Amino acid sequence: MALYSETVMDHFRNPRNVGVIEDADGVGEVGNAKCGDIMKMYLKIEDGVVADVKFETFGCGSAIASSSMATEMIKGKPLSEVAQLTNKAVAEALDGLPDYKMHCSVLAEEAIHSALEDYYKKHPEKEA
Amino acid sequence: MEIYADNAATTKMSRTATEAMMQCLENQYGNPSSLYSLGQRAKEKLELSREEIAAVIGASPKEITFTSGGSEADNQALRSAAALGKKAGKKHIISTAFEHHAILHTLKALEKEGFEVTLLPVHENGVVRVNELEELLRDDTCLVSVMFANNEIGTIQPIREIGALCRSHGVLFHTDAVQAVGHLPIDVAADNIDLLSASGHKFHGPKGVGFLYARRGVRLTSLIEGGAQERGKRAGTENVAGVAAMATALREAAENMEANAAHLLPLRDRLIAGLREIPHAELNGDAEKRLPGNVNFCFEGIEGESLLLLLDDRGICASSGSACTSGSLDPSHVLLAIGRVHDVAHGSLRLTLGEDATAEEVEYIIQNVKEVVEHLRSFSPVWRDLESGKAPHIL
Repeated sequence: MALYSETVMDHFRNPRNVGVIEDADGVGEVGNAKCGDIMKMYLKIEDGVVADVKFETFGCGSAIASSSMATEMIKGKPLSEVAQLTNKAVAEALDGLPDYKMHCSVLAEEAIHSALEDYYKKHPEKEA
Repeated sequence: MEIYADNAATTKMSRTATEAMMQCLENQYGNPSSLYSLGQRAKEKLELSREEIAAVIGASPKEITFTSGGSEADNQALRSAAALGKKAGKKHIISTAFEHHAILHTLKALEKEGFEVTLLPVHENGVVRVNELEELLRDDTCLVSVMFANNEIGTIQPIREIGALCRSHGVLFHTDAVQAVGHLPIDVAADNIDLLSASGHKFHGPKGVGFLYARRGVRLTSLIEGGAQERGKRAGTENVAGVAAMATALREAAENMEANAAHLLPLRDRLIAGLREIPHAELNGDAEKRLPGNVNFCFEGIEGESLLLLLDDRGICASSGSACTSGSLDPSHVLLAIGRVHDVAHGSLRLTLGEDATAEEVEYIIQNVKEVVEHLRSFSPVWRDLESGKAPHIL
C-alpha cells in the first residue's frame, strides 16, 4: 500500500508553479519551521483574476503536493472563486490525503487566503 | 540501483538463518513441552540455540530468556529490576534521554507507579559521561539502564565503565543492546552487565524474536502469565524456528564481526565525508564512537520526509527523524536530546549500511543525496531566508 495517491506523488515529484514572483501583488506565508511545514504563496493579480501564482514550500511530500495543487486550482480564476478555496477541495483534487496529513491541505488553503488578504490590504479599493 | 540503507530499522535475513528456520519449521515442528521424541527434538533445538546465543555474549545458557523481541526484553528487564528495587525499598531509576521508546515509555509507566526516574544528558556528541552518572547515583537507586548503542545516531556508550560503576555501588545495570548485538563485541561478565536486551532481526535473524540476558541471581518478573515455558519467566509455546534462526544469524554475525567492521568503517567514513561536502549539513553524534554502518545527518532548510520519498524514487531506502515520518508533531527525541533545534531536526537523514554495501553504492548515495537536498532547497522558503541573510544559519 502506497503512502500517497498517484496524484499526490505526481505533484510532489513535479511540482507546478514553483518559485517566486518578485513584484507580487500579494504574498502569504503560513506554518513554522518548528512544526516542519512552511508555505509561501505569491500572487499576481490582473483585472480581478489570478494572472500568475508561485509557491515555495518547506515540508513533507503532501505539503509540497498540496501547495502545487492549490496553485493549479486558482490560476486564472477570479478572486471571488479564490476566496472560496477550501482545504477539502485541495485534498479531493489530490485523490485524498492520509488523515494525519490533512493539515497540509489546510496550510495550502491558509497560505492562499493569506496572500489574498495581503493583496486586499495593499489594494483596499479592490475589495468587493 | 536498489540500495537498502536502513539496516538499523531491520535487516534482511541471512541465507543460513532462513535455511535454519525452514529446516526447523519442517522437521522440528513439535511442541518443546511434549514428551514424545518429535517434541523433544524441538526442545533440543531450542536449548542448543540458547547455548549458541549465550556463548556469543559470554553468558551461560540459563541466563538467556527468549522473548518476542527487543521491546519485550526491555519491558521485562525494567519491570524485573523495578520489582527487585521495590522489595528493597529502592525506587530510583537512572536512564538516558535518548533511549528507545520501549525503555522511555516503560519508565513513564513506572513513574506512575511511584518510581522516580532521572535521565542522564547525552551531550552534543551523543555519549553519556560516567562521572555524571556517578553524581546521580543515590542510596535508593535500584537500576541504571543505558543503551549499548543508539538506534538513530549510532553512538556507542561507555558500557564497561558504567557497568563497573554500578557494580561497585551495588546497583543493577541494564543495557538495551538491540543495535549492538552481532555488531560489536560484548562480554557480559567483563562489561559488568546484569541485564541485556537483544532483537533477532537487527542482525539478519527473523522478526518477532529476541532475548533477555539476566545474570544468575537477578530474578525476572514474568510479563505473560500461562505455562511454565522459559523456566516460568515467559509463558507461551516457544518460537522454536525463530529462535533457531536467530541463533544461526547471531553465530554468523559473531564469526564475521571483525571482517564486517573492517569492511564497513571505511565505507561509513567515506559516506560521512561525502555528505559533509553539502553546505550547512552536520553529522549527528560522535564521529568515532559510533556503529560501523551508521551515518546520520541534519540538512538545513529541508524536511526529512520529502527527502526520503525522493531518495526512494532513486532506489535508496533510508529513514529520518522528522516529525512527518514519526506520525507525531515533534521530531526525533534523540536529535532533540543532542541539542538539535526543531527546525534542523526535521531535516535529518539516517543511512545505516549493511555488510554487503559497496563503495559504488556509497558514491551513488552521496551523489543522489546531494542532488535531492539541492532540489528541495531550491524551493524552500526556509532556505531562501537563510541564504538571503534574513535568518541566521544554525549549521
